Amino acid sequence: MVGHYGALALYVLFALFPLYWLLKISVTPNSLLYTEGITMWPSVTTWENYRFVLLQSDFPAFFKNSVIVSLGTAAIVTVLAAATGYAFSRFQFTGKTLVMFVLLLTQMFPLVMLIAPIFRLMVPLGLTDNLTGLIVVYVAFNTPFAAFLMQSFFDGIPRELEEAAMIDGCTRLTALRRVILPLTLPGMGATLGFVFTAAWSELLFALMLINSTDAMTFPVGLLTFVSKFSVDFGQMMAAGVLALVPACLFFAFIQRYLIQGLTAGAVKG
Amino acid sequence: MAAPEPAPARQRRLLSAILEPYLYISPALIIIGLVMFVPLIVGLSYAYREIQLLNPFSGGFVGLANFAQLYGDTRFWRALSNTAWWTFASVSLQFFFGLGLALLLNKSFPGKRLIQAVVFLPWAVPTFLSGLTWAWLFNPVVGPLPHWMSAIGLMDEPVNILSIPSVALWGPIIANVWWGIPFFAITLLAALQSIPNELHEAAAIDGATTWQRFVKVTLPFLAPMIAITVLLRTIWISNFADLIVVMTGGGPADSTQIVASYIFTQAYRRLDFGYASAVATALLALLLLYAVIVLRMRRSLLRAM
Repeated sequence: MVGHYGALALYVLFALFPLYWLLKISVTPNSLLYTEGITMWPSVTTWENYRFVLLQSDFPAFFKNSVIVSLGTAAIVTVLAAATGYAFSRFQFTGKTLVMFVLLLTQMFPLVMLIAPIFRLMVPLGLTDNLTGLIVVYVAFNTPFAAFLMQSFFDGIPRELEEAAMIDGCTRLTALRRVILPLTLPGMGATLGFVFTAAWSELLFALMLINSTDAMTFPVGLLTFVSKFSVDFGQMMAAGVLALVPACLFFAFIQRYLIQGLTAGAVKG
Repeated sequence: MAAPEPAPARQRRLLSAILEPYLYISPALIIIGLVMFVPLIVGLSYAYREIQLLNPFSGGFVGLANFAQLYGDTRFWRALSNTAWWTFASVSLQFFFGLGLALLLNKSFPGKRLIQAVVFLPWAVPTFLSGLTWAWLFNPVVGPLPHWMSAIGLMDEPVNILSIPSVALWGPIIANVWWGIPFFAITLLAALQSIPNELHEAAAIDGATTWQRFVKVTLPFLAPMIAITVLLRTIWISNFADLIVVMTGGGPADSTQIVASYIFTQAYRRLDFGYASAVATALLALLLLYAVIVLRMRRSLLRAM
């Protein structure tokens, strides 16, 4: 038992230490960084870095852009995926195997190879350098995985429920709205959470498609900040801690569904 | 009530029954087709053209010139061998530590829920932030790792391993392992929990030791799940460029460049879309080859059983 807890303690330490360090540097005054060396906790702490990031930098705007993109993506994907997952779960139709295979395929080919063509195709459409373009791209990338996730939630609801409702005279749509939808709300919440986290983290396409500071998402903004002011460690890490907050909130929200989510999209990060 | 339906109405109902599922899936299919498959085809065609955004006179077809360049490009071959090492080291370490964690979590003990939430937390950290955090940990100015490594004699003086070509790739690998352990732990934990308890009990009654039970009961039961997870994860990680782009940008001197980050660099920094697409085509071909080999192996394994 002691060995068991000891081994778990090592895992906990390894998982938490980087995040602890991020937090620690973010509250360390810049002057102490160079004079105190490596300490577990600074002799003086400060909120100055957070004040700067929140009040004097572009980060609130980046934050807002990321929230818009992530929420927009998550909402649209959840609706599309619910419809697709419902069809996968409740219908046998010609071409179903093919469609599912194609969706699975999209999870396996390297998305990075789409960066150049998507950029070039989107310029004439006016979809580069704005949030709409990012949402369009993220919706397409996240829908296949979310559809399989939603399918697994629909599969968990017995068919008899809607069949009973349909025998009682409901149309399929009414049965869907009155019986199935309320039962699958937690599943839709989980899908929303997964997609939000994925969109919040996406970096490479945002780097390629977004140029102007106004439209930068948080990852792009933070990376730009890092390459420009690479000595302001405290400020960078304060921004990092702030980027962590929404991701952790959504993580807490989807914890119950982790296993379902990871097995539905077994290839998804 | 029982009056026979007129034929046209029945036909219409039949038609709508066939079309109904497509009504639900078509919005998703349309956007996926437009944003993923159209660019995929277009991108594959770029590989045979000269497309440099900085050069307004480019755009013509050049046949296989990009592939000829690729064949002679030492940076590409370097990236290819880096990809193999990056993928192998990341997947095997993630798997090994993930399995350990799953075994530890596969019993009930006080405080389990809290510990589980904490050890799974890295998975929730956005990848760019994982990369930045580990880059800072390796930085001797703010990070402790170089000081600790020099204290235990791993290096002569505290320096950033990300700037030493011979070991730089370990930086992103460690960040990747940290970030990816929960993924393996969660999937393997789910598989472990599906093993019927009776199997373990029967083995215990027959006098099997813990190790024998692990090797003879747990592992064979987990094997199919392990195989599929590792195979899919291998593909995903070999294409996973975020950590490398964030931590090293492929440097120093291409020592951490993998094929996926090389494609990104060609497209994003050099705006050479033609060449980037040629590299992407090569990567896709290699992945297809990998998939075919894996499927063949699976078939021959199934036949052997």
